[in-house]
Amino acid sequence: MQKYTDLELQIKSVKYRLALLKYIKMANAGHTGGSLSCTDILNVLYNDVLQVTPDTFHDAHRNRYIQSKGHSVEALYVVLADMGFFPESDLETLCKYKSKYVGHPTRKVNGIEFNTGALGHGMPISAGIALAAKKDKADYKVFTLIGDGELAEGSNWEAAMMAAHYKLDNFITILDHNTLQITGHNVDVCSPHPIDEKMKAFGWHVVSIDGNNIVQLRETFSHIPEVKDKPTFVIANTVKGKGVSYMEGVKKWHHGVPTDEQYNQAVEELNVELFRLRSLIN
Amino acid sequence: MGKANLDVYSETLIELASADKNILAVTSDSRGSGKLVPFADMFPDQIIEVGIAEQNLVGVAAGLASAGKCVFATSPACFLATRSLEQIKNDVAYSNQPVTLVGISAGVSYGALGSTHHSLHDVAVLRAINNIDVVVPADNFEACEAVKAAAKSSKPVFIKFGKKIMPHLPRLEQTYEIGKASIICEGTDVVFIACGETVAPAYEAAMLLEEKGISVEVISMHTVNPLDKTAVLNAAKKCKAVITVEEHSVNGGLGEACASLLMQSGVFIPFKIVGIPDEETVAGSQNEIFGHYGITGEGLFQSAIILLE
Repeated sequence: MQKYTDLELQIKSVKYRLALLKYIKMANAGHTGGSLSCTDILNVLYNDVLQVTPDTFHDAHRNRYIQSKGHSVEALYVVLADMGFFPESDLETLCKYKSKYVGHPTRKVNGIEFNTGALGHGMPISAGIALAAKKDKADYKVFTLIGDGELAEGSNWEAAMMAAHYKLDNFITILDHNTLQITGHNVDVCSPHPIDEKMKAFGWHVVSIDGNNIVQLRETFSHIPEVKDKPTFVIANTVKGKGVSYMEGVKKWHHGVPTDEQYNQAVEELNVELFRLRSLIN
Repeated sequence: MGKANLDVYSETLIELASADKNILAVTSDSRGSGKLVPFADMFPDQIIEVGIAEQNLVGVAAGLASAGKCVFATSPACFLATRSLEQIKNDVAYSNQPVTLVGISAGVSYGALGSTHHSLHDVAVLRAINNIDVVVPADNFEACEAVKAAAKSSKPVFIKFGKKIMPHLPRLEQTYEIGKASIICEGTDVVFIACGETVAPAYEAAMLLEEKGISVEVISMHTVNPLDKTAVLNAAKKCKAVITVEEHSVNGGLGEACASLLMQSGVFIPFKIVGIPDEETVAGSQNEIFGHYGITGEGLFQSAIILLE
């Protein structure tokens, strides 16, 4: 029995987007575009898949989530706050002097497994945890979220090779494939393509979905592992800046902070979407 | 004579693993050079091979440790300390995962293979990283105790081992604690503060100096970081001169750590750092390289005589 309907999760996504924009605006700092692109992925993971709560976070056999693309921490913070790991008002200190809510994940924040932010670290760490689960004959799963610019880091490929070798079918890498990195389009910076064929050649089961679609994300995560003995690579095709018209697909919002006017427009647009979704209830 | 510290590492790990299934050795195609083949034969489920991929080695080790495993990530020191430095910094030290990183064939153990295979920088880079103990055992006793202490430690540890057969060194107390120096012999004229495989030649020099009526203290500073400040300051207070010795670059290692401490503590006495100078390291075996740079009983004897003049 799922805790939330698809519509309820869609509503949560809009609320998360509103919240992360609020705290980025307050901090005058943050990775706006990437946080907006991965919001739906985090929403589905935490509300539907991981079963990790403040009460279960220290269970040895909990499912793990490692955010390799640590710069999108604002999305993670608002989801963790919603899960009850800390009061959302804590995020008013985001990136402020002496705050533990810094611009990349740290274990000082309740609910976070690893200190990340340097790219290319999530896959090796997750492979190690997944291997520990196999050693312990435990059935928990390990999820990591990476960015598409991050694919250029060689450590990902070291871990990919090793995870297939050890048949880590409890290891899921999700690619937030919003196609943009700080300099521009992936294909112009240093093309990662063909991503699916590369991962297949490395021995992974590859799934390609709309990563901003709650229904597809739920469906995909409910079938893992779809192929026994193979790690799963989910190419989540997303839109950078998702949900805010002037940010969508625009590279400058990688870590852009909206002006007052832009912020008000973003809030208005997201509130219109929230109203629309709420009107669909019943 | 004893054995190579690397052999002691392997034997101690076997002893620990016999009693604890949670002990894991993670290797990067390095079980042979790490003397871990017997371990692998005895405990095939407790060795994890990641291939020649040091970044992945350390990331995987951190992941395993976070899931409750007692991990010894083992790789040649020359690659481990810098190829995977960012993983050491973030996944292990910053994330506070109690991984033991074991740098094998350390210093110039692979002397004749050239500078690609020397690790004369590892202490310097790791000293600058918060939350990792840097341990360089001198003899078989310290090697064994360091491995046991690391297995019990709740924080990250880096230990490096050489391949040279080491003599059994005397010590005032047969105890071992990470962060607490071992006094090999006491004296009042000059103190050698050494680490790793250079403690033995420092002790040889002490014997030669004693024959000349010079009273020498030898300290095995097996933990370079955190430095046992009390041991350094006590020795400097009672001696007329300090000589540090290390199988490491003179930049950023034990010597500079001691110099910094002494200067900032207002202790200004004759001081010399013996190590590998900032130049392309001379070609040769470990013994030849030690001889070239004066890291021998005779060489250190001469350094002491000159410093005391």
